[in-house]
Amino acid sequence: MPSTTLDAAAQAMRLIDYRTGVELVPTRNGFGEGLIEAGTRDRNVLAICADLAESTRMEGFKKAHPAQYLEIGVAEQMLVALAGGLAAVGKIPWIASYAMFNPGRSWEQVRTIMALNDTNVKIAGAHAGVSVGPDGATHQAIEDIAIMRVIPHMTVVVPCDAVQTKAATLALSKRVGPAYLRFAREKSAIVTTDATPFEIGKAQVFREGSDVAIVACGILVYNALMAADLLAREHGIECRVVNNHTVKPMDEAAIVDAAQTCGAVVTVEEHQKHAGMGSRVAEILAQRHPVPIEFIGVEDRFGQSGEPTELIEYYGMGTRAIADAALRAHQRKTK
Amino acid sequence: MQTLSPERLTELRVKANDVRAGIIRSLVAAGSGHSAGPLDMADVFTALYGHLMAHRPDQPDWPDRDRLLLSCGHIAPVRYSAMANFGYFPVEELLTLRKFGTRLQGHPERVTLPSVETTSGPLGEGLAQGTGMALGAKLDGKAFHVWVVTSDAEHQCGLHWEAVMTAAKFGLDNLTAIVDRNFIQIDGSTEDVMPLEPLAEKYRAFNWDVFTCDGNDIAAFIATAEQARATRGKPQVIIANTVPGKGVSYMEGDYTWHGKPPNREQADRALAELHAERERILAHA
Ligand SMILES: Cc1ncc(C[n+]2csc(CCOP(=O)(O)OP(=O)(O)O)c2C)c(N)n1
Ligand SMILES: [Mg+2]
Repeated sequence: MPSTTLDAAAQAMRLIDYRTGVELVPTRNGFGEGLIEAGTRDRNVLAICADLAESTRMEGFKKAHPAQYLEIGVAEQMLVALAGGLAAVGKIPWIASYAMFNPGRSWEQVRTIMALNDTNVKIAGAHAGVSVGPDGATHQAIEDIAIMRVIPHMTVVVPCDAVQTKAATLALSKRVGPAYLRFAREKSAIVTTDATPFEIGKAQVFREGSDVAIVACGILVYNALMAADLLAREHGIECRVVNNHTVKPMDEAAIVDAAQTCGAVVTVEEHQKHAGMGSRVAEILAQRHPVPIEFIGVEDRFGQSGEPTELIEYYGMGTRAIADAALRAHQRKTK
Repeated sequence: MQTLSPERLTELRVKANDVRAGIIRSLVAAGSGHSAGPLDMADVFTALYGHLMAHRPDQPDWPDRDRLLLSCGHIAPVRYSAMANFGYFPVEELLTLRKFGTRLQGHPERVTLPSVETTSGPLGEGLAQGTGMALGAKLDGKAFHVWVVTSDAEHQCGLHWEAVMTAAKFGLDNLTAIVDRNFIQIDGSTEDVMPLEPLAEKYRAFNWDVFTCDGNDIAAFIATAEQARATRGKPQVIIANTVPGKGVSYMEGDYTWHGKPPNREQADRALAELHAERERILAHA
């Protein structure tokens, strides 16, 4: 009797035995924890906030490292430009707001001051996705991956849970160069552990399977794992689930390998289908190994007020929708 | 200039009380949302919808209506409650606030609820659009007035000051900005987070006509707004000094009520306080 329900791939990744129950913690908490540790490891790490200390989880850093914390008010363009200046003289600034406002409002500053200028500024984009809930469309960033992945030199990371968000915060703090870390508001399932490896630019196989590859990022990785189990139960279809946390630079080898092994791919992200993580997967596979691809994400629409899970379901990103997409991909490949 | 009779003033004060009750009811039903700002702007919104603005609740798209833009969209509950209490839609609809499928989105949307004039929530964008509307009215010789309600923390946004400069350049005397000067924002006092003072002098230096008044005194606000609106050749700003959470004792002056709703028990207490205040207003009329 194995003491775990996990397959070898999941065990290698030191995952939680998620089928037997998960803890729900917002990914933003992981950012808050990682940031405090980064500030202890390197006193040049600064945290700069635009009037959202509590909800972006910079508040803990403010208490732990008051001398490394700056508050600049509702001024997201200033946030980027100020950080660019600080980075140019040796600081490692983390700047935080809601993703809608930074990089949403500040995009040209991000492109010129962070990327073209090549400064060591890190953006924490909080409240990404429709799972922001009742605040509605104005606050639900579902275009941010698109506008960030298109910028040369930018690193874009979308971790799958709170534990991985902490790991990503620490890894990005050490990596020199402009970066964007995207995370969410709502509580979501923890599937990784402190022992789970994390390397920027290296995708992770969380579940083995060779019928369809589900390539996911962010909090929907858990839904992808649930969908894979559903397909195994109901149809005997075995999915590989890839946690594609680094949208840029994307792990092309892992994507091509998934396509070669499975022959069909589903991409899953809490973002517009257009120009997101899945689109990058399609760009890679169109050139290197074309296979049928289905996309899970928001279909060229804006979000709206509602409860987080209600909206995830309504916009077609729930477990059942992912399983259905995988079935479609599977049918297309066997046709 | 219309003078305000004592009877009319009493009516408006009762309306403002109803608007506050509507805010509390909608927030507790929603289970999320902002309390302090909506409550402190209830008197201003009542004055606007009840006295100052040319508008037709039964014809929200009336082309000659005054334009009212709420730049700080997070205080939408006050606008929704004022609209309901002045006949735009039934007050029961307030209970749909922030729920799936509602017209009363967490932050107001022009497409779902047309008379809100513009979608807001991202701070600092209202005055710039109001400037465009006021300029458009000038270009077409239209008589409508443009009112923009803006929070104090929005004055930390660069775009807001780009609008201040632009409106002055075009001498937009058909534009009045109203600042909810409650001195709070999410992370604390505006003067700690990013100091705004001297705010009146900043506007003066940008060639605006500047007025200051108690934003929780309907009569004073109406008198100030009428004076402001009569200005020629310049845009005007009314710095309305308000008490965050006004009307609910345990919220007043406390910045932590910026972005949370009352729970059921707290809402009941708030509604009881508002009811007692309503009785007082009527008794002293
Ligand atoms: C561009 C932008 N940045 C950040 C936010 C998040 N946010 C919502 S309200 C607010 C500030 C609150 O202060 P104030 O505008 O004065 O409103 P009050 O608390 O007085 O109601 C912030 C930073 C936002 N809505 N828009
Ligand atoms: Mg304020």
